[in-house]
Amino acid sequence: MSAVLEVREIAKSFGGVEAVRGVSFDVREGEILGLIGPNGSGKSTLFNCILGQLSPTRGEVRLDGRSVTNMRPSRLNRLGVSRTFQLLQIFPQLTVRENLLLAAQEHRGSRIGRLFGPSDAGLSAEAQRMMGFFRLAHLADERAGGLSYGQQKLLDCAMAFMAGPRLVLLDEPAGGVNLTMLGDLKERLLAINREAGATFVVIEHNMEFVMALCSRILVLAEGRLIAEGTPDAVRRDPKVIEAYLGH
Amino acid sequence: MRSPRLALAVVVLAGLLLVLAPVDLTGFGIPYPGLRRYGTYILTLWLVTAVAAMGVNLIVGYAGQETLAQAAFLGIGAYTTALMTQAGLPFAASLLVSGLVAFLVGVVLGFPALRVQRHYLAFVTLAFSVFVWLVIRNEEWLTGGVSGFANIRRPSLFGISLRPAHSFYWFALAITAVLTFAMWWLLRSPWGRAFTALRENPLRAESLGVDVRTYTLLAFAIGSAYGGFAGALYAPLVEFIDPAPFALGPSLLYLLMVVIGGAGSFVGPFIGAGIAVLLPEWLRFAEGHYLIIYAVLVMLMMAFCPTGIVGLLARLFASGPRAPAPGKPRVLEEAKT
Repeated sequence: MSAVLEVREIAKSFGGVEAVRGVSFDVREGEILGLIGPNGSGKSTLFNCILGQLSPTRGEVRLDGRSVTNMRPSRLNRLGVSRTFQLLQIFPQLTVRENLLLAAQEHRGSRIGRLFGPSDAGLSAEAQRMMGFFRLAHLADERAGGLSYGQQKLLDCAMAFMAGPRLVLLDEPAGGVNLTMLGDLKERLLAINREAGATFVVIEHNMEFVMALCSRILVLAEGRLIAEGTPDAVRRDPKVIEAYLGH
Repeated sequence: MRSPRLALAVVVLAGLLLVLAPVDLTGFGIPYPGLRRYGTYILTLWLVTAVAAMGVNLIVGYAGQETLAQAAFLGIGAYTTALMTQAGLPFAASLLVSGLVAFLVGVVLGFPALRVQRHYLAFVTLAFSVFVWLVIRNEEWLTGGVSGFANIRRPSLFGISLRPAHSFYWFALAITAVLTFAMWWLLRSPWGRAFTALRENPLRAESLGVDVRTYTLLAFAIGSAYGGFAGALYAPLVEFIDPAPFALGPSLLYLLMVVIGGAGSFVGPFIGAGIAVLLPEWLRFAEGHYLIIYAVLVMLMMAFCPTGIVGLLARLFASGPRAPAPGKPRVLEEAKT
C-alpha cells in the first residue's frame, strides 16, 4: 500500500515546552491508523501541526508526495483531508442539513459560481444520504445546537465525511459517547472505510474502541513515538505498558 | 417564516403598501389621503437608513464581526455622489462608483479583522470612522469642510425629474428593493452559510474548506458597499451634506438599529431603522427628553430581549411549548427532567 500521508520529524515547542519531539510515520492508503498515548503526550498537537492549525517548529508533512507543511486548513481540506476536533465543533444555530451542506459546499465549483448557483450547491441528495447513513435523517431540520451530545457527535463525524475526503483525522471520536451510540459510530466508520476506501487516523483514549477499529496503532508518550504495530502487539509492548501505568 | 408562500404574500403586501404610501386613495373610495411631503421624506430616509443597516447586519449579525464605521461609508458614498454629480456625471454612475469605492475601502477595513476580534476590532473600526470624519471635515478643497456641499441635485430617470418627494421616494424604493433582493440572494446562497459559519465557529469552518480570510473580507466589503449605496441615496435626498451625519455617533446608531431590530435576522435592520427614524417623530412631544427616553427604551430592550424586536415577536408568536434558547443543547433540557 502506498503512503497517502508522510510525516517527517515533526516537532513543536511552546516556549520551553517541547510538546512533539521529532515524530515520523506514514499513513497508508485505505488503512485505519490509531494514535494513542497518555494525556499530554502530544497527540492533538501533532494533529494540529499536520493539519495546518499549528505551525511546526521543524519537520515536514507530505500528502501524496507533495509538501503541505504549514498549508492553511481550508486549502488542505479542499485537497481531500478532513478532520474532527477533540471538543465538539458544529454550527449550533444552523440545522443538521445546513451543517452538512456547509461541510461540502466549498468543494463545489468556483466561489462566484456558488453565489449564482442553487442555494444547496447541488448537495441536498448527498446530505440526505449522509443523514441516513449516520441515522440523523429525522433531525434534518432541527437546529444542531438542540441535539443531544451523542447526536451532535454523529453530526460532527458526518460533516467530516460529507465532502468525500480520502484522508480523515478523527480526534477522540468516542469521547463522551454512550455505549449504544459508540457501537453505531464504530460500525459507521468501518462501513465508510470499507465502501468508500477512505483512510483514517484516529486519536482515541477508549482502548476497546481503538483496538477494534484500527489495523495499526502508533503510541506517543512525552511527544515521542514509542511503539508501532498491530493492536495485539502494541497491547503487549512493555514500553506502552510503562507509559500508561508509570514505573 | 417557514412557509415560502406566506413569506411571498407578506413581501408582496408590504411592497404594495410601500408603493401606495404617498398616493391619495380617497378617489378610489378609500379614506387615505396619502403621505405628504414631510411624511414621504421620512419614509425615504427610513429606506436609506435600512440599506445602511442591512450592511451592518451582514457584518455583525451574520458574519459575527464588529463595525463602528458604517456612517463613514455613508459619508464615502454621499461625498462620492456629490462630487460626481456636481461634475456633471450621471447619477447611475455615481451610485455604482459609490458602492464600489465603499466596497474597496471595506476590503481594507476588513484586514484588521483577520488579526483582531471583538472589542479590539470595534476599536479599529472606531478609529477608521474618526479618520474618515476628520478627512471630510478638514479637506475643504475636496469636501467643502464644515460648510459641506449644498444644492446636490436629485437625478432624472428617462427624462423624468426625481425632484418631487414622491418621485424620489419611488426611485429610492426601487433601489432598496433591488439591494434587498441582492442581500436575500446572497444570504440564501452558500455564501450566506459561509458568513454564518464565521460567526458560529470559524475554526471548524476553516477545517471544512471555508476560506475564513476571504469570507471575512467579503463580509466587510459587501456590508460597507451597502453603506456606500445608502450614502449615494442620502446625498440627493437631503440635497445638502456636511460632516455631522457621518461621525462616530451615527455609526453607533447604525449598530444599535441592527441590535434593536434583531441581529442576524433579515427583517431586523428594517425594523431597527424604522425605530431609529420614526421614534424621534413619535417622541417629538418629549422635546429635549427624547434621547433620555430612547436610551431607557434601549436599555430595557437589551436587558429583557437581547435578540431584538424580531426575537421578541418570535417569542410572542411561538406556538406550543417554549423552544429552548438559542445554542442551549437539548441534553441540558433532558438533564433537568
